[in-house]
Amino acid sequence: MNFYRYSSPSAFYPLAGTLAPWFGWSASLLAIAGLWIGFGLAPTDFQQGDAYRIIFIHVPAAWMSMFIYLVMAFWSALSLGFNTRLSAMMAQALAPTGALMTFIALWTGAFWGRPTWGTYWAWDARMTSELILLFLYFGVIALRNAIDDDRRADRACAVLALVGAVNVPIIYFSVYWWNTLHQGSSISVAAPKIAPIMLTGMLIMALAAWFYSIAVALVRVRCIILERERGAAWAGLVAEPGKA
Amino acid sequence: MTAEPAAGTLDRPTPSLDSGVWSGVRWALLRDLRLALRSRAELGVQVLFYVIVVSLFPLATSPEKNLLALMGPGVLWIAALLASLLSLPRLFANDYADGTLEQIALSPYPLPALVSGKIAAHWLTTGLPVVVMAPVLGLQYALGGEALAVLTVTLLLGTPILSMLGAIGAALTLGLRGGGSLLALLVLPLCVPVLIFGAGAVDAVHAGLGATANLSLLGAGLLVAIVGAPLAASAAVRIALD
Repeated sequence: MNFYRYSSPSAFYPLAGTLAPWFGWSASLLAIAGLWIGFGLAPTDFQQGDAYRIIFIHVPAAWMSMFIYLVMAFWSALSLGFNTRLSAMMAQALAPTGALMTFIALWTGAFWGRPTWGTYWAWDARMTSELILLFLYFGVIALRNAIDDDRRADRACAVLALVGAVNVPIIYFSVYWWNTLHQGSSISVAAPKIAPIMLTGMLIMALAAWFYSIAVALVRVRCIILERERGAAWAGLVAEPGKA
Repeated sequence: MTAEPAAGTLDRPTPSLDSGVWSGVRWALLRDLRLALRSRAELGVQVLFYVIVVSLFPLATSPEKNLLALMGPGVLWIAALLASLLSLPRLFANDYADGTLEQIALSPYPLPALVSGKIAAHWLTTGLPVVVMAPVLGLQYALGGEALAVLTVTLLLGTPILSMLGAIGAALTLGLRGGGSLLALLVLPLCVPVLIFGAGAVDAVHAGLGATANLSLLGAGLLVAIVGAPLAASAAVRIALD
């Protein structure tokens, strides 16, 4: 079987349609299981009380936020290098999910910070770099929206995503360094060895976040394919099956 | 990358490969400098903008000397960032609007060399005045001798990086709706490390750590930017011209 066949939007469209529900349902089931473990089975933390339970949402979202940027940069590089349309569409489809995950990570982090650190926002290195990551996502999305020509938007966003990907580690270390220079880590969560049940819940939630992101990206890329291939005969047949 | 050397686009003979890079840089640099110097009023306004922004901060916060000395480096850096951002549209937009940029891209010189020249001219006309003004403005913020010197050196190392990152953003947003604020959204997050290392150097001096680490990191960033940014910016120019 030739996998390169699926680099064509018309071949990938039905494949994405087949895969999306599987990932979607797996994500739902895993999320139910993970939340049940996290909020039902896992014991209350002796230091942080019940506030720690936010990690079951927060940590997977934070992981995804950074990982999706890398995946987006990977598809961008492919689209620039091989001039493939579908890669650029994948990058386009991933950006909003990445921004959402970044936002969730920041939001839940603030809710966790209030009872634990006593403040919604501290200029902690991780929080700050996550905030800047959100700006980077917004930049890619805004640039895409400002360009009418799809192919130009593809390539411009790809260049921006790659420049951003080079910058993300630099930003992370600079922010980390900035905060440690200003003040010693005033808030240290004395990391106790995490209980196996908590770890299990968190990993299941991480898997759920993965599958959710894949499912949503596939559904979104289907919309993008239809929208951008609207001139093609097959897309017309998909959109309006009656009118052949 | 260029298909055919277009004869007559530049009043120069086709350059040989090894001399092409440097003469391309020089050509673009001299041309943009000449253009900038013909509208001196515009240059003056940019420097004034920088001075005014820096002068407004004490009015909005506090004239208390210790506080001023604490935030002075950050204020000067933010103002330098804004001044660089404000002048970025001049880098490519005028040439793009009247078609010159297309001719430049068609010339036999390598495009990254020409873009480098333009970036260098942008820095000489916007970054260098900021660096030169910094010691004077730093005095307003009650900064001492060593802090002033370190601040000036960080600006000297850092403002070229701002110009280079800005050039990528300016090329990506050529001819787009809402170009100015979009440009800010694209460029400002990328400038965070420069800001941190630049403004942090003076803090490090105050803390008795010495500014060597910050200056080395800024210098490293400058070298990386010199290698990478012209390539990315010229790729963006080509995308805009397609």
